[in-house]
Amino acid sequence: MKRESPDDFQSEGVIANRNLKILIADDNLTDRMILQTLVKKQGHQVVTAVDGQEAVELFEVESPDIVLLDALMPRKDGFEAARLIKDAAGEQLIPIIFLTSLSDAESLAKCLEAGGDDFLSKPYNPVILRAKINAFNRMRQMHMTLQQQRDQIADHNRHMLHEQQVAKSVFDNVAHNGSLSAPNIKYLLSPLSVFNGDVLLACMKPSGGMHVLLGDFTGHGLPAAIGAMPMAEIFYGMTRKGFALTDIIREINRKLKVILPVGFFCCACMVDLCLDQEEVEIWIGGLPEFVLRRGSDIQMIKSNHLPLGILSSEGFRTNTYRMEMKYGDRLYMWSDGIIEAANAHGDMFGDARLMQLFKSAPEGASLYEKIREDVLSFIGDQQASDDLTLIELTMMPSEDLIEEGKDNVRASSIGPRDWKFSYELRGESLRDFDPVPVALNLVMEVPELRSRSGEIYTIIIELYSNALEHGLLGMDSAMKSTSDGFMAYYKLREERLNHLEGQFVRIQADHQPHAGGGVLRIQVEDSGPGFDYGKTDAKGNLEDFSKFSGRGIPLLRKLCRSVQYFGSGNCVYVEFEWFKEAAGS
Amino acid sequence: MSITTSRSADGSELVISIKGRFDFSSHQAFRDAYEGAGGADVNYKIDMSETTYLDSSALGMLLLLRDYAGGDKAHIQIVNCNSDVRKILTISNFEQLFKIVA
Repeated sequence: MKRESPDDFQSEGVIANRNLKILIADDNLTDRMILQTLVKKQGHQVVTAVDGQEAVELFEVESPDIVLLDALMPRKDGFEAARLIKDAAGEQLIPIIFLTSLSDAESLAKCLEAGGDDFLSKPYNPVILRAKINAFNRMRQMHMTLQQQRDQIADHNRHMLHEQQVAKSVFDNVAHNGSLSAPNIKYLLSPLSVFNGDVLLACMKPSGGMHVLLGDFTGHGLPAAIGAMPMAEIFYGMTRKGFALTDIIREINRKLKVILPVGFFCCACMVDLCLDQEEVEIWIGGLPEFVLRRGSDIQMIKSNHLPLGILSSEGFRTNTYRMEMKYGDRLYMWSDGIIEAANAHGDMFGDARLMQLFKSAPEGASLYEKIREDVLSFIGDQQASDDLTLIELTMMPSEDLIEEGKDNVRASSIGPRDWKFSYELRGESLRDFDPVPVALNLVMEVPELRSRSGEIYTIIIELYSNALEHGLLGMDSAMKSTSDGFMAYYKLREERLNHLEGQFVRIQADHQPHAGGGVLRIQVEDSGPGFDYGKTDAKGNLEDFSKFSGRGIPLLRKLCRSVQYFGSGNCVYVEFEWFKEAAGS
Repeated sequence: MSITTSRSADGSELVISIKGRFDFSSHQAFRDAYEGAGGADVNYKIDMSETTYLDSSALGMLLLLRDYAGGDKAHIQIVNCNSDVRKILTISNFEQLFKIVA
């Protein structure tokens, strides 16, 4: 935008004063004519009025830039006219200069009190007249510039608020589309600005149970909200796909580490409420310690991790607290805004007051309302200096949690359930590539199998290891009967791998859903000579702890509903059947 | 996969933490973690809070540790395992040999 330079205001007569329209009101014809002539000579346009009444009327019609008013006139005197003109001008600055032959101090003061900006004594001095018109024109232009800038700022502000509100509705759609309205959650979220630096997310797991995440970003407003978006996406996306708490918190940390500038991070706590097992798993980093209240017993849960977004994935730890939480037990979490909430004297609400509330409350009662009331009445009319977030989670049977009209509980578990794939590893790839993660990832597309990834991993790796080590490399597990044997076994394995040529291992997996769940069939075939499966089958025994090996096949038999060998023993076929977990059972 | 160890100040307890997949590729590192620790005179704690999966050779390695730590006289706790890992340990009846704490 083009800005006027200060010179424009100071250059005399040329740019700044060109085309000023000046209203002159004087009942004395001679005086009026003289002044009109002088003003016109100085390059301005003139409008004249014969009295105060006409001056007011002409002002409305002509919109002059400066008004020269005789003080004493019939119909309306200059004082009255000045008031009416100032009123009509509103926010605009219309300089009014009184024309007067009076010279006593009182009369001159009266001119200014009536709203005049200055006075000009008769007889007129052309030099003074020019200087005053110029001076007032400068003032008028400065006033206009200020007004323009003020309007611009107001415009910008309106625009920004509008943008923030649109952004907030996007943010709310992403961040708050979960299960915060579930009957076991009570929460307080008070935003300091349009966006909240505190994030509260809750989502039902496909297997029943619920994930809850409380995050407190450094700062608040837009920067915090920007970090909260991917956090919410990952939280909801992975929870609905059935991933475990530790996988989710690890992924959120990885993402925040990438996107947050150094010095920005997110104190957080993630909770896995296992409703049917009456257990809770908690990861907590950087937030104030929490309270788990069982009856009247209070257990403190302390933060044992750094906040999210600080450590790289290698250094990041996901060890969690796991503890029993019976139906009716309650978990309380809060952000430091609650403890640091200050009253009019600057005193903080503090840990001691909060703990006293927990200690004095009747057994088993919900404390949410009491804490909320006490904190809010403590701070009174004071503006909270940080976001206030408080949440109470109650353990209850999952069937009590199904929300009316909300099917986000289980229906959102989407993923292919009816498929088949074949993956064949040949030649050099067998030497240095591990196909198990790839195969596992494909199988994990079935939402219900994600919570069984540990079993399926073990099944696939046992099948693949057997095919590679025994089928292709001809290794003998009996070697693994001592620590040194273990070493020798894997050394030999590597040697033989390096000489492996022209061989293959083929993994075929097939998943089909049925009414109560589904069946995963895995067949692994190798190009080796096979083995006498009748004999080996009988050998493995999980109870015989004197042997350090031979657990693979018996383990498969326990995990799968059937394990069968074909051909010369170079092909093995297993069936893993799973059943839907009934809600609340 | 990574294996880290820490020892209590008086040397009476050795904590071995296993991160990621616990399978045959961990063999050397796992062995290094306990060998030279003092055999049966030490209490062992295997921290599986960050162990994602395990296979049958990992089971063999745990048995080797037990052997090293004095067999039936060994004091070995397996702590913080996730439900998947716990399931494999349970299926394999390892509760009979190890103190498994969730």
